[in-house]
Amino acid sequence: MIAEIKKEAVETFKRLGFPSTKNEEWKYFNVQQILPDQPVFSAAPARLSASDLTPCMIAGNNVHLLVFENGIYRADLSSTGAIENLVIGPISSLKENQTFKNNFGKVVSFGTEPFVALNTAVDHEGVFIHVPANAVIGKTIHILHVNTNEQSDHITSIRNLIVAEKQAAISIVESYHALNKQCNGLINVVNEIVVHESARVELCKAQLDSDAASQINFTQTIQEKNSTFDTVTVTLNGRLTRNNLHIKLNDTNCTAHLFGLYILDGEQLTDNHTLVDHAMPNCFSNELYKGVIGGKASGVFNGKIFVRKDAQKTNAYQSNKNILLSDDATMNTKPQLEIFADDVKCTHGATTGQLDEEALFYLRARGIGEKSARTLLNIAFVADVLNNIKSDELRETLQQKAEAKLMQ
Amino acid sequence: MLTIKNLHARVEEKQILNGLNLDVKPGEVHAIMGPNGSGKSTLASVLAGREEYEVLDGTVTFNGVDLLELSPEDRARAGIFLAFQYPVEIPGVSNANFLKTAVNEVRKSKGLEPYDSKDFLAVMKEKMKLVEMDKQMTTRSVNEGFSGGEKKRNEIFQMAMLEPQLAIMDETDSGLDIDALRIVSNGVNALRDGKRSFIVITHYQRLLDYIVPDFVHVLYKGRIVKSGTKELALELEEKGYDWIKEEVEA
Repeated sequence: MIAEIKKEAVETFKRLGFPSTKNEEWKYFNVQQILPDQPVFSAAPARLSASDLTPCMIAGNNVHLLVFENGIYRADLSSTGAIENLVIGPISSLKENQTFKNNFGKVVSFGTEPFVALNTAVDHEGVFIHVPANAVIGKTIHILHVNTNEQSDHITSIRNLIVAEKQAAISIVESYHALNKQCNGLINVVNEIVVHESARVELCKAQLDSDAASQINFTQTIQEKNSTFDTVTVTLNGRLTRNNLHIKLNDTNCTAHLFGLYILDGEQLTDNHTLVDHAMPNCFSNELYKGVIGGKASGVFNGKIFVRKDAQKTNAYQSNKNILLSDDATMNTKPQLEIFADDVKCTHGATTGQLDEEALFYLRARGIGEKSARTLLNIAFVADVLNNIKSDELRETLQQKAEAKLMQ
Repeated sequence: MLTIKNLHARVEEKQILNGLNLDVKPGEVHAIMGPNGSGKSTLASVLAGREEYEVLDGTVTFNGVDLLELSPEDRARAGIFLAFQYPVEIPGVSNANFLKTAVNEVRKSKGLEPYDSKDFLAVMKEKMKLVEMDKQMTTRSVNEGFSGGEKKRNEIFQMAMLEPQLAIMDETDSGLDIDALRIVSNGVNALRDGKRSFIVITHYQRLLDYIVPDFVHVLYKGRIVKSGTKELALELEEKGYDWIKEEVEA
């Protein structure tokens, strides 16, 4: 079966090819800038040691840890411990698992997504997690990727599949780091997440790779009755970053929270494409993405909300707010709501502006220096995204990293 | 302490101050009154260092220093405090964190050690009593969702924390009911220590029943056209500004 999916993915990718900026969905994200002439799909040699991981332990040490170097699982650096009932490990060793076989390639559809097709077609590695019914996993799962590749022709393919059964609960951190500033290449990630009835999945993605590396990722969820999916995406580093997040609310009474933060400078570009698909009645979704953009950096936000015919009593909220710190910084934001049901509450809003000059003067009039005042206001601006990270340790670490970047 | 000579200033091409002179000595309370558009708030803005106000002529010296050369933050550190007519809401910055940053920056500029959290809390607790501040007002974001009265109390609370030498109060009484006016005035009076000076800008004599000034000045067309003692305020309350306008135009 998986062989067939792969074969189809090869055909699809051959048909689609890499997208150009003429494609409306890739208008601001020029993949030509980051595609190597002759892509290498095998990983660069391993050189990561345990001590290199210290700065990467952003969710603390009390986690189930899965470490990948250039997309290759490093069992020697990982520690998942024995977790009763929970199936967790690299997909390379779990391919025969029935739940894996039943779900792989079934959540995400690659028909119009070249990078998902490519990811599916080539050799990839990642994590498979199967949380059995009623299991509440107390410890955070930390999927930690370190880029140690200094050859720019590498495309690393990462594939995760998470299945949370009825009334299960799990919290996952997916983080990206670099061994040094020279590490580069393109990372292509696909996450498939199934949240069964009354289950709860939390996912925090922290993009802290080097500013020479790029990432394109696609997360697709399917939620069943009464389930909850909460996600926070924090992009601080990376050259070109494309985050595709597609949420499918496939049954009644589902809840989804989508939060995003991007703090960009230099020539960084971050493109967040989200889709919340309300397919059934009585679901709730709330989305807040915020950006602080300086230098010659640019941000893109494209947020779609579909409310299908059957999805009565939908509550869907979306907001995108940006601060531009320089004249050369740009932001392109596009909310798209398509509503086919008549009894719904949907709101959306987008703002892009400068720092509030009145607030700045108020702080300065109290003796706070201009630079500190600007930093204080920017930190306040990003706080209501970061405050949604539930793990204290992770939230504080990302707050510190965000503050450090805002102080530059 | 503060000497303003022949001050001319404009905002957005409109000249508002036209040769204003004022001398404030330590411990004095000066009330500045005047009809709408006479330049009262412009004076406050120029003294606090708002960048959109351009000084065309004249000098302002504060304890011998050319005030107009200083940035807003350096003016605050030098001991000038502006109580805003419209205090700004700053979501996401807690009142306590904001004040701690401000107080410690001011202390640093004076060569004093910054307060640690424990000392700061103790000072804050004491000053909160001055304006009958709720503890939860300090954990909330600066002015966010505060009522008009709470915002003005917060201004006086900040004044108490920053211990300025000269406080400029820009229509602090606007939008206050009698109770809030009493609380705010009590706070100000508690901070009158014989050394600290105040410039109280107001439309209404009512405030001056609570904060009793040493001098009352009438600002008209960007200049001080009449000065007197607190009785002048009463006279203005009774007769309005027309007789002063007539005197000036005559």
